[in-house]
Amino acid sequence: MSPVVDRAIRARMGGPLKLALPRGALWDETLDALDRIGVDTSEMRSDSRSLVFEASGLTLVTMRPSDVPTYVEGGAADLGITGKDVLLEQSDRLVYELLDLGYGSCQMVLAARAGDPSLGESERRMGEMRIATKYPRIAERHFEGSGRRAEVIEVKGSVELAPLVGLADGIVDLVATGRTLAENGLEVREEIATSTARLVANRVSHKLRAAEVDELVGRLRPGAL
Amino acid sequence: MRPLIHPIPPGTRDILPDEMRELRELQRTLGEVFARFGYGEVATPTLEYDEVLQRGEGRSAAAAYRFFDENGELLALRSDMTIPIARLAASRFADEGGPLRLCYIGNAYRAVRPQRGQLRQFMHAGVELLGAPAPEGTAEVVEVLSAALDAVGLNRAVLGLGDAALYRQLLAALDVPDDAAARIVDRLADHDLVGLEREVSSVEGLGDDGRETLLRVPGMRGGAEVLERARELGGAPVERAAERLQATYEALVERGVAGRVQLDLGLLRDLGYYTGSILEVYDPALGHILGGGGRYDDLVARFGRPMPAAGFSLYLERVHLAQLEEERVEEGAP
Repeated sequence: MSPVVDRAIRARMGGPLKLALPRGALWDETLDALDRIGVDTSEMRSDSRSLVFEASGLTLVTMRPSDVPTYVEGGAADLGITGKDVLLEQSDRLVYELLDLGYGSCQMVLAARAGDPSLGESERRMGEMRIATKYPRIAERHFEGSGRRAEVIEVKGSVELAPLVGLADGIVDLVATGRTLAENGLEVREEIATSTARLVANRVSHKLRAAEVDELVGRLRPGAL
Repeated sequence: MRPLIHPIPPGTRDILPDEMRELRELQRTLGEVFARFGYGEVATPTLEYDEVLQRGEGRSAAAAYRFFDENGELLALRSDMTIPIARLAASRFADEGGPLRLCYIGNAYRAVRPQRGQLRQFMHAGVELLGAPAPEGTAEVVEVLSAALDAVGLNRAVLGLGDAALYRQLLAALDVPDDAAARIVDRLADHDLVGLEREVSSVEGLGDDGRETLLRVPGMRGGAEVLERARELGGAPVERAAERLQATYEALVERGVAGRVQLDLGLLRDLGYYTGSILEVYDPALGHILGGGGRYDDLVARFGRPMPAAGFSLYLERVHLAQLEEERVEEGAP
């Protein structure tokens, strides 16, 4: 039962549909969703090191959520599942967004230290706020869209750190329960967008494998069962 | 060894002999097909007055690189090959009767996003058939495109055929207010079917039938049966578009090229000048679109000479890549 890949799998050779799956926060619910449409996920659940799996007539490719649009746009996967937050951040990727899968709900928010006036103060006295985020494009669009200026500082790791040590006045980040914010003495100041898991498709696959894609969309649609 | 690198702007590239030889071969093959169908090659300047390109309007027709010449005139690197040819046809062939058949191979320039490895400079090869109305004019263009794809070895390539006017007419016929209609078209142009559903659902006063039509039409793609399925939804705009597509499709059957055509009611090209049938080119070996085209019956009139027209353009770098991928598929390579 070794899922080891003995050869590279190129896109679109008439073989099984290739579906890019997000490891990380959406992983468990994504596997649950696949279970519901009858895809055998036992191997994926028990083997955390392999990257490619074959199950129930699909090739399943696992990766970071933020890589899913890249693989799907390039045609290396026909379809993919990732968060709306990723799609908003990479809004220039040419992929079809087919379905809101409903799970993995969270908020993109602007947060700052509880009771700390530095956000407003920086805006008033310096003309702009300093914002740390892993989502620079969403942050820039949000402030531009509301007529404000922000110096957006991109960080890769725990964003909550930035306002605590004075790198930034506030953060733009994804919040599911708000616990991490609370633990670090931060509070939500503005809600920017809601994110859930989405099914996306490659532009060419959506056309050339229309029947298979539509069939899978029909089965995955929340409430379809 | 000391690195000796003199940079070139991002999104541009040098072409070395091996690739150039293959690209020239590709150009020669396409040129022969265009000539066989009676298309004469033209070349227009890489630089145009910006005002000329502005007449194309739309998302991606706008020129990305503009500058002033020594007289203070605003010039632009062409972003598109069709608009300059419409200009040329209106001014240089103004007295000519009968259809004009023109073809071209040349570079056009687009804006790119940083860090994406996108090209600023694209090599385009295509044809424009001016003065021949739908459906026969469209069918001829599709036939030339089909022959071109066969000639370069892309026998598996598929042509998506849709209608640029359908969705906007549908929104108008259902009395969707202008601002909501603009948002809906925007979602569709972005291929965002989730956002489309949200926007359609929030239109007030839209009946269940209208809502279902707006949500189902973008997903309708396939063979001739698509027109039957569309007609079941009913409504004058669907009926009119189905009639237009049916007439084109029948003309394609007549010419023996309907087999590789996929009817697609969700197609929406992002150039502002398309009026009727629109085309996209796909190959199963490549995840990117190889080219596109369609009817632009109003564009030449913007240069003072009303004339129905249609054409297509292939992106040569992508066609070249598809050839390479198809060879790999054929050889059964990993």
